Amino acid sequence: MLGYAARRLLVAIPTVLVIITVAFFMMRAAPGSPFDTERPMPEEIRQRILAAYDLDKPVLQQYVSYLGGVLHGDLGPSLKYRDKTVADILIEGAPVSAVVGLSALVLATLMGTALGVAAALRQNKAGDFGVMAVALIGISVPPFVVGPLLQLFFGLHLGWLPTGGLDRGEITLERMILPVITLSLPQIAITSRLMRASMIEVIRSNYIRTARAKGLSEFRVVARHGLRAALPPLVSYLGPASAALVTGSLVIEQVFQLPGIGRQFVIGALQRDYTVVMGVVIIYASLIIFMNLIADLLLATLDPKVRLE
Amino acid sequence: MIPAINDAREATTAAAAARGRSLWDDARRRLLRNRAAVVSMAVLAAFIVIAVVGLLLWPHDYKAIDRSAVGVPPTMENLHIFGTDAQGRDLLARTLIGFLVSLSVGVVATMVSLAIGVAWGATAGFAGGRVDQFMMRTVDVIYSLPYVFLVILLLAVTQDVTTGKPFLKLLLIFAAIGGVEWLTMSRIVRGQTLTLRRQEFVEAAVAGGATNAQIVRRHIVPNVLGPVVVYMTLTIPVVILAESFLSFIGLGVQEPLTSLGSLIKAGSEDMETKPWTLLFPAGVMMATLLCFNFIGDGLRDAIDPKDR
Repeated sequence: MLGYAARRLLVAIPTVLVIITVAFFMMRAAPGSPFDTERPMPEEIRQRILAAYDLDKPVLQQYVSYLGGVLHGDLGPSLKYRDKTVADILIEGAPVSAVVGLSALVLATLMGTALGVAAALRQNKAGDFGVMAVALIGISVPPFVVGPLLQLFFGLHLGWLPTGGLDRGEITLERMILPVITLSLPQIAITSRLMRASMIEVIRSNYIRTARAKGLSEFRVVARHGLRAALPPLVSYLGPASAALVTGSLVIEQVFQLPGIGRQFVIGALQRDYTVVMGVVIIYASLIIFMNLIADLLLATLDPKVRLE
Repeated sequence: MIPAINDAREATTAAAAARGRSLWDDARRRLLRNRAAVVSMAVLAAFIVIAVVGLLLWPHDYKAIDRSAVGVPPTMENLHIFGTDAQGRDLLARTLIGFLVSLSVGVVATMVSLAIGVAWGATAGFAGGRVDQFMMRTVDVIYSLPYVFLVILLLAVTQDVTTGKPFLKLLLIFAAIGGVEWLTMSRIVRGQTLTLRRQEFVEAAVAGGATNAQIVRRHIVPNVLGPVVVYMTLTIPVVILAESFLSFIGLGVQEPLTSLGSLIKAGSEDMETKPWTLLFPAGVMMATLLCFNFIGDGLRDAIDPKDR
């Protein structure tokens, strides 16, 4: 398994390289530069600024030196924040993004599994239809609608929770509740649908009947025998789920005014802060590839029929 | 099934009544029995008619700014039944145009993804061997890219070019979203093509003397079409969401044109003082997406009943 993991990580390198390359040239090909200002600046000064950031060199040379920097873990200076490097910005934003994203992932997995199993055990009864109706709504209502609605209701109408931002730069529980719920809702919906379908298949199989015939309690039958066999589809969804959470975080951080790296990405893309954008892309691409790998490894431990090749 | 028998049947008048039900007749019957799907189709059709007729007949224009009526709550007075936005534009007119823009982005970008996906998947499936390997590995690689970032980048870096040219912007959005949504479609089509080619009924048709064209028309296309149509219906809401997402972070359709996503963004900024500017577009968006999902689920159950 270690060998497999190592090989997968090796394959991931060209993938990340492709992403870096595409993103790099896409930004350079487009008109506009990070130093465009309202009033045109004297050509001489402009040249000096460009030279300071090596932006006056041929694009290919910039690309090679950027790649060289990345290999050494150097993501370069930010082009917009004069006193910060990209690494500084990422380190500042990462905790918020990580807390919100991970909590949402955990919440979605647990809630989705519980709801999906509950629905499967009551197949075609009121409880099942209830859960599936709610799940369909969860899929149909995007986070940028849910977020403002929750802010409107819990933040402004009831006044129970703050509507956004951090508590003087600190991450506190009450400020995380709404963002995490908003981010995880669609994933709870998808997970519960997956789990329901898979559990319905499993519950009909012979060994479940055997387990019941042995006189095991219903809880033991479902939790020990059923769940393990029903989990693989959920585990393989971990990769896409983390990709969806990353995408969602771009919106969540905007809606709830959280200073995470998703927000830095959007701001950076609009302001042509090339290096910040590249930094976020590299981090998120690696994260998604890593999550896919974890999912595959988990799948292999869970299901002996899956062979890693 | 065998053409000769079919021909013979159709030749006799009495056989008209005894004609077998086709795959599609069955599917239509099952779909029409699905209440949620039927209601959704009706609602969606009603929305489209209301939006088109409304835009033509409604006394307020979606771009017209009325400085004497800024931020008016929903009222019968002067027919601002959805109220007006922070600039004094009629919210109903804006919601209608926003709905139509979102819908057309959904449909057009889905068509783009359909065209690429079917062509790519069918070619890979028919060619097989190394061509297939290469084409599908390419799809795998693109699949693992966080393409949202690339779409955002593409739209962000072209902003200077597209400013003041809403139509060009719209085209770019079609291309960008359609260009990334085709991957799943190509996988589905390839898988179907591969399995169909080896099916016994195809072999039987060959043995029965059917030509290649007949096989493709009678056997391959109907069988590929089912999953493709289902997936298409489920792609439209995904695309609508994607466009709204882009509009929400400020990269979508440009003023004065609008989409449901842009309206929701504007509404969420004003929600403390003018909650209706958020609630109406959000409601329309939710209803639209729900309808598409119900129709898609219904179609899937109708065409492929074993998954129910």
